[in-house]
Amino acid sequence: MKNMSHDEYQIQRGKILTPSFWVLLTLTVIGFTLIAVRFIWGIGAVSNMSDGYPWGLWITYDVATGTAIACGGYAVAILVYIRNKMSYHPLIRSAVLTSLFGYGLAGFSVMVDVGRPWNAYNFFIPSQWQANSAMFEVALCVMAYTTVLAIEFLPAVLNRLQQTNWSRARDFLDTYHGRFGLDTPVVLEKLDKLRQLALRIQPKLDKVLIFVIVLGITLPTMHQSSLGSLLLIASTKLHPLWHTGFLPLLFLINCMFIGYSIAILESVISSYGFKRPFEMEQLSGLAAIVPYLTGLWLAVVVGDLAWRGQLANALRLDFYSGFFLLEFGLVASGSLLLFSRKRRQSPRWLFITAVLIVLGGALYRFNVYLIGFNPGQGWRYFPSLAELLITVGIVAFEILGYQVLVKLFPVLPRLHGHEDPAVTQPHDLPQPAPQQA
Amino acid sequence: MSGKSRRDFLKLAGLAGAGLVAAPALAVAESAKAPVDNNELGMLYDATKCVGCKACMSACKRVNSDYGALSYEQAGFDPDKLWDAPQDLTGSTRTLIKLFKESPSEWSYVKYSCMHCQKPSCVSVCPVAAMVKDKITGIVDYKKDACIGCRYCQVACAFNIPKFQWDKAIPQIVKCDLCKNTNLKSAGISACAEVCPTGAILFGKRGELLTEAKKRLAEQPKLYVNHIYGEHELGGTNHLYLTALPVKKLGLPELQHDAPAEFSEKIQHTIYKGFIAPVALYGALCFIAVRNMKKQEPDVGGKGDEKHEP
Repeated sequence: MKNMSHDEYQIQRGKILTPSFWVLLTLTVIGFTLIAVRFIWGIGAVSNMSDGYPWGLWITYDVATGTAIACGGYAVAILVYIRNKMSYHPLIRSAVLTSLFGYGLAGFSVMVDVGRPWNAYNFFIPSQWQANSAMFEVALCVMAYTTVLAIEFLPAVLNRLQQTNWSRARDFLDTYHGRFGLDTPVVLEKLDKLRQLALRIQPKLDKVLIFVIVLGITLPTMHQSSLGSLLLIASTKLHPLWHTGFLPLLFLINCMFIGYSIAILESVISSYGFKRPFEMEQLSGLAAIVPYLTGLWLAVVVGDLAWRGQLANALRLDFYSGFFLLEFGLVASGSLLLFSRKRRQSPRWLFITAVLIVLGGALYRFNVYLIGFNPGQGWRYFPSLAELLITVGIVAFEILGYQVLVKLFPVLPRLHGHEDPAVTQPHDLPQPAPQQA
Repeated sequence: MSGKSRRDFLKLAGLAGAGLVAAPALAVAESAKAPVDNNELGMLYDATKCVGCKACMSACKRVNSDYGALSYEQAGFDPDKLWDAPQDLTGSTRTLIKLFKESPSEWSYVKYSCMHCQKPSCVSVCPVAAMVKDKITGIVDYKKDACIGCRYCQVACAFNIPKFQWDKAIPQIVKCDLCKNTNLKSAGISACAEVCPTGAILFGKRGELLTEAKKRLAEQPKLYVNHIYGEHELGGTNHLYLTALPVKKLGLPELQHDAPAEFSEKIQHTIYKGFIAPVALYGALCFIAVRNMKKQEPDVGGKGDEKHEP
């Protein structure tokens, strides 16, 4: 189990309370305030959803698209554990963390979106199970996968617990000694017990972790395809450009290429944001995989349209054809650019192509869930400001959490060739250290 | 060795992919339709007999308001709340009469309510079995104590029948249950059919209603459009319509004869039959991953073990 080695990762050093922290926190607070409004006055008070468009931005973005964007962990795990490319292992922890946030918050969004969340316990009551429903499969898989991701992230937490000397807790206790009924020695003793516990759990977890990880590959394969199956029933409402029996397959491939592209984007952005060197070797390797997946996806799309006689509709240049061509064009252009080895070596091109492909892949999901969905005459939908701000708040919370956690736990890949003081003294974050160059 | 496991992976991916690809093709190939049950309960609405008195609407709300959490809907011109004035089926209105008027001589009333499909999409998609079809009466009923409010039934229904209470903190789905929980128990008939003064709404078994509809079509072929709406739509519905104008003009969707739920369930069942495919996928992936890991061990082994257990 040595590929679980913790020496591949390090804690990002730097202040937690940065300006971006405060901006994100503000957005988060606005979003969560509006969520409170929704629970007091009903969904209609904040959203433009209607009986014709019962699924709006929350389901389309937060759930259907957000989980695809959170597929970085899934895509990188396939590469590392199934295709045995251990050189990508350093990328996996940050990918798992973003996946955990993506999926956890998708689950949270669902609880905001559904009208009667207190009845959700019915998912665990066998007499209520409804195996015909793609939604049932999606719900169980997403809950299970979020748990799996949390377990996959556990080694980072355990590792941190073993190495910390609780400097922050000590500072806190020193400052507030005697208040809140906290007795410094007792608290420290308990914290030390926690460390002992982490030491005991770690080896046991390492032994079974691979089976959890493989579960973390199986579950997304199931529910990502089922996210496509969800719209199979809407044969009279979903435009024929998108309604096909191949929806499950298209959603599965779609989440894979979005997953790899997002892994590239995350790495480029965090290298840029945290002023770390780019992980060029791994990134161009990831980028080489993407065109095969997108190529397969585009082939299935075109083949299916031809088979169902919808090619003319696709080229009609009306509203639906426009969005179809945009989605298709974004994915295709991003993929074509990636066929050049030279571009795959450039962070700039990697960033541009990954953005194109993620946008195209995400637009596909929007097309299926919203834009290509027409319940009949007289129905219109465009998200309200409050609805939008709730989604923005949830996404802001996601980025905020990532920013904070990479500074608390060893998540980002270890820098090679840099003598990094954080390694030798992993405790003591709050030194007034300048950001890594 | 990495090449070999990669081949394995591709093989596996190919298998899984092939399964998924084959699924829709299989689903389309088989089209064994479920038989229609004509003993189920339903209603026949004859638009030519309807005078638009809306007695059915008021009876529906009177009988079901407590059970269905229905409230009266106020119109903008009515500050004193004298009338119930729903504009459409809503979270407070299970049935509605509308007037379609093309010219002074060409007009028709039309009644909207749940069609009680033979193979209802809403029942097929509900993840927690909150939409259920009664095995004997065929009534499609809603159980609010199970419902999580995901609104998948609304997405799935081709008739746009289930409505959601958007303005309530504790909302529910609202749709006609043929008075299963109210008037049917006490009076043996749905409230709308009971109060209809002209016999425009007939209540009974689907088979009998169908016979009656065919009889009317044969007796007065000039009066009606030669189409019993609901006889074949989406695999057949228990609520049937006879109209003098094409149904599309009356706001009823023109639909294919196959039930969408047959199509989606066939694909879902093909992928998840006996849960074999997911388990096989998990097993195969475990095998590959563990083998990969074993191969890895000698390379990194030794030094790692002591390292992270200080």
